[in-house]
Amino acid sequence: MQKKSKIDRFLPVLSGVGLIGLWYLVRALMSEDRLFLLPAPHHILDAFSERGPALWAAAMNTGKGALFGFAGAVFTSFSMALFLSLSPRIRASFYPHLMVLQMTPIIILAPILILWVGAGMKSVVIITFLICFFPMVVNTTQGLVSTDSNLVDFFKMCNATKAQEMRLLRVPAALPYFFTGLRIAATLAPIGAIVGDLYAGSAAGGQGGLGFLTIVYSSQFQMGALFATAIVSCALGFLFVGVVLSFSWWSLHKWHESYRKET
Amino acid sequence: MSASTSSSASTTAPAKRPPVVRFDNLIKSFGDGPRVIDGISLQAEQGDFISLIGPSGCGKSTVLKLMSGLLPLTSGEIVIDGMNPVNAREELFYVFQEPTLMPWLTVQANVEMPLKIRGRPAAERAAAATKALALVGLSERADYYPLQLSGGQKMRVSIARAVSMSPKVLLMDEPFGALDEMTRDHLNEELLAIRQQQAWTAFFVTHSVAEAVFLSNRIIVLSANPGRIHTEVKVNLPYPRTEDTRLSVEYQRLVAEVSRLLRSVERLKTKTAV
Repeated sequence: MQKKSKIDRFLPVLSGVGLIGLWYLVRALMSEDRLFLLPAPHHILDAFSERGPALWAAAMNTGKGALFGFAGAVFTSFSMALFLSLSPRIRASFYPHLMVLQMTPIIILAPILILWVGAGMKSVVIITFLICFFPMVVNTTQGLVSTDSNLVDFFKMCNATKAQEMRLLRVPAALPYFFTGLRIAATLAPIGAIVGDLYAGSAAGGQGGLGFLTIVYSSQFQMGALFATAIVSCALGFLFVGVVLSFSWWSLHKWHESYRKET
Repeated sequence: MSASTSSSASTTAPAKRPPVVRFDNLIKSFGDGPRVIDGISLQAEQGDFISLIGPSGCGKSTVLKLMSGLLPLTSGEIVIDGMNPVNAREELFYVFQEPTLMPWLTVQANVEMPLKIRGRPAAERAAAATKALALVGLSERADYYPLQLSGGQKMRVSIARAVSMSPKVLLMDEPFGALDEMTRDHLNEELLAIRQQQAWTAFFVTHSVAEAVFLSNRIIVLSANPGRIHTEVKVNLPYPRTEDTRLSVEYQRLVAEVSRLLRSVERLKTKTAV
């Protein structure tokens, strides 16, 4: 975490302005009949004002799906990691199955899910859950079993019970690993919800999310609206990661090496 | 070894107190491997400060692990305050080579942890930790995290955590091995100052002859492969020992003697190894 000077902070703004300039330049060089493929930034802004309510509703739906899937994955993966950390034998029994789940492209499961629970929010939540689950369970388990062996001996010397060892030692020691998994899952959650919406979404009852909106706009060649949808999706991703990073900072910055100030 | 072997530990002799710690022909091997420790017998009286010194591979750290019940004995017996090592855990405390602090807890919370594990009330824990931190001169660092401390300060916290339990037996495995000499000398003096207030019996593993002579009243020189007691050296320097102790002729003589013994043990090791 190095300190940024004022100029360093200003640089991304400067390069951003440059990129927008380049964008207009490319458009100026394009032939008239192909211009519709690359809407200008101001066209995208227009799309925002025209499609505002639709984008907002879709973002809320996708956000909801991502949040529920993510929260479910956090809770389930943490419980699962506690269980897996109990013995190497348990890990040997269940890790291969987790790998199978991870290796199966989730998209392949979409038709199965649609048949099981129907297209719509339920499928979206389950797909998000499946995508977020694996990195979280692997990282948290890793954290729970890599506790400093001297500290484990120290707890034994204090006649700590297994429950005390878990609560007072292994869980707090695993926090940095847990947050690594959480960070990965937070980037995957909105993607999972959008992909889920693309394949297993449904507009019925106003449940359509950003994925569904993308299908509608692309079928209508609404390039500006498609770009606007992409920007909203990106913002959703930043929101998720931002919240997780703040939470991670809040719980680790006082004691963990990774937040140590360079002096 | 010592003249006190006449007092049996199994019966409580009213005339003479039984030894706090008794080793009876300790033997330890790992799996089917050779003996790491081969027939160590020893008795420690209340208040003894015993240093274990010897070449690497002599099993000095293993002795501490056996005493704490972290490793099981192959044969022989260890009796601590009339109990086997696992049952005696309430009476002893282990100071590891590394400070072994929990980085997510403040200094105060680290020191309180053993009492917390034993379910003592918060007020009692806080009082014991405050007192122990005062003993090691770290009262002002109570709210710091280990990350913010120097190596010497971390070790002080580790010692504070040990003495906050007022153990009967204190096991220390090269606690100052990683520190520079100035800090080490200073902590040696602090350790003896704390000992003036708490009557624990200490087992101290070290590589440093000077440290062993300064701290102990008994130095056990071990030979390696397998670990056996080579010699015991009595250190009759009077307590309390201070900076001046290091300047005395007797101290210098003992350092020279133990160094010579250690060298002869090292030579023995090379011979058997070839």
